[in-house]
Amino acid sequence: MTRLLDVQDLRVEFRTRDGVAEALGGVSYAVDAGRTLAVLGESGSGKSVSAQAVMGILDSPPASVTGGQVLFHGRDLLTMSPRERRSVRGAAMAMIFQDALSALNPVLTVGAQLAEMYEVHRGTSRKDARARAVELMDRVRIPAAKARVDDYPHQFSGGMRQRIMIAMAIALEPELIIADEPTTALDVTVQAQVMDLLDELRREYAMGLILITHDLGVVADVADSIAVMYAGRIMETAPVQELYRRPAHPYTRGLLDSIPRVDHQGKELYAIKGLPPSLLSVPTGCPFHPRCPRAQEICRTERPPLYEVPDVTDTAAPGRASACHFWKDELDA
Amino acid sequence: MPEQRVQSAESVLEVRDLAKLYPLTRGVLVKRRIGAVRAVDTVSFDLRRGETLGIVGESGCGKSTVARLLVNLERPTAGAIRYRGEDISRLSGRALSHVRRNIQMVFQDPYTSLNPRMTVGDIVGEPFEIHPEAAPKGDRRRRVQELLDVVGLNPEHINRYPHQFSGGQRQRVGIARGLALRPEVIVADEPVSALDVSVQAQVVNLMERLQDEFGLSYVFIAHDLSVVRHICDRVAVMYLGRFAETGTDTEIYEHPTHPYTQALLSAVPVPDPGARARRTRILLSGDVPSPADPPSGCRFRTRCWKARDRCAVDVPALAVPEAFRTTDGPAAHASACHFAEERVAVTPGLA
Repeated sequence: MTRLLDVQDLRVEFRTRDGVAEALGGVSYAVDAGRTLAVLGESGSGKSVSAQAVMGILDSPPASVTGGQVLFHGRDLLTMSPRERRSVRGAAMAMIFQDALSALNPVLTVGAQLAEMYEVHRGTSRKDARARAVELMDRVRIPAAKARVDDYPHQFSGGMRQRIMIAMAIALEPELIIADEPTTALDVTVQAQVMDLLDELRREYAMGLILITHDLGVVADVADSIAVMYAGRIMETAPVQELYRRPAHPYTRGLLDSIPRVDHQGKELYAIKGLPPSLLSVPTGCPFHPRCPRAQEICRTERPPLYEVPDVTDTAAPGRASACHFWKDELDA
Repeated sequence: MPEQRVQSAESVLEVRDLAKLYPLTRGVLVKRRIGAVRAVDTVSFDLRRGETLGIVGESGCGKSTVARLLVNLERPTAGAIRYRGEDISRLSGRALSHVRRNIQMVFQDPYTSLNPRMTVGDIVGEPFEIHPEAAPKGDRRRRVQELLDVVGLNPEHINRYPHQFSGGQRQRVGIARGLALRPEVIVADEPVSALDVSVQAQVVNLMERLQDEFGLSYVFIAHDLSVVRHICDRVAVMYLGRFAETGTDTEIYEHPTHPYTQALLSAVPVPDPGARARRTRILLSGDVPSPADPPSGCRFRTRCWKARDRCAVDVPALAVPEAFRTTDGPAAHASACHFAEERVAVTPGLA
């Protein structure tokens, strides 16, 4: 398996009126070609910021990358010239946003926006580019693509708009797609259609996919591995089966226990006490310690490194890691 | 709601043939009516004392319009909403305000439903301004502090403003406001949709606790089927302005007979990667049709894999399907489908 993207110890700060917010405090994750990595977190956990930093589309100021590496095929994107980076970003990696209506240009037809990809990056003639645009719309299963190529984004439904976003993302056959909450704004039946399409395209083109989401259900459906984020840090990384079966971090366990399930009713929900911290004043030591049922003195004083969790079950699970001093206890709980 | 089971609890609300049409007009000076959006179309149900009725459906199905009709923020085009036997949908003035004390609403978005220029104390106490008989003036501050305490907020924060609170805390403020007048019914329109999972669980637990404590009846409107299953006693599945299927949570979630319910449930992502292989998904094609021009007959027929000619002509009634009428099992609940049949549990059971 080739390592496509390797994010190492990435740090991002936001300078705000009230002080410096540490949005990412050393985040590491990796994705292989043809695989799906889910980056899971609640609002303010830094999951989207990490995606924007990888894509190089952070608003700076106020944001600035203060450390770490983003290795794409072993080359650090952060030290590339803007020109070099732009060429990688256009052709080799693409992004899908949550809100397709605001991500698409409202005054251009969808055909023009799709064709533009080929005209700008490939120098395709206008006529050919238009034909390619129709092909793409067919590819993402937009009905009557030929008739709709001259429609504007607002003329499409939410699910169809998200398909157009996906079409734009796959236009140049990138090696990596970052999808930031691609189905959050969609209804559940449409969400299923869009996730299916994305998964099918990933397999077909053998792309790597980074799925940024807050939804543990969606993750279970499509991801191969998962990185759980909290307060700008990685709490746990694991193959997806392992994580759901035996979480190695109290935060992960709390999350899993606090979701209501459609497949059984259950009694009172487990609720993680308290609130996520402000990024302006991330707690010392482990950022989760004020809310953690396992917290000890060491959790207040010492920031846990990402401990490697060895192969504890018979199923080989490389790449498991947990940022908890007591990961062993959690795993055995 | 034509329910077969014997129910001892009395009904707090009886909704009959409720309909809401929004006229579509063309022209600037002379407005001509060119049609109507049928947001809610002949919806009937009962809400019993102390129960939670969930209304689920996708965006645009009319569930929020039902909520607004129930609390009289909108007037129905047709039909009746009876509270203790009295049709409240035509009331006005003092009689309306009296009824409103007993039916309160909690809104979805805790960021826009609280006035940013009012303190939390003023927000929670505002119902007392409108209904001064509910609490004597001198007593209000104490009552507000009590309410804040009840919903798990610090009573000393009474002078703070909404922006000083997190999303979950703001939703608690909205719930405290809803509770202020000691209502019998709370209509909650997507009360936890805007919240993160860890906080969502806190608010869901709070709502369940308050129900026991104050004997509240809830109408719980949501698009998240998992949350609805967790909190509701009975569930109504809504599609394009009509109820497709109603029943207890077990009946709906484990024995759905309407194709739409079956498809909806099969599309819900289950947080269990082991279930990936075991589940069968029904992928619906296309989108929900426009409520301005709904399909004839059964509203769901344009996306339904079972649709036949009859579905385009006859509107299926919301009743126990013929096939199940003689049985006593969980499949014998109201389902508006000509070809209702039971599938084995759609979601993988984790028995």
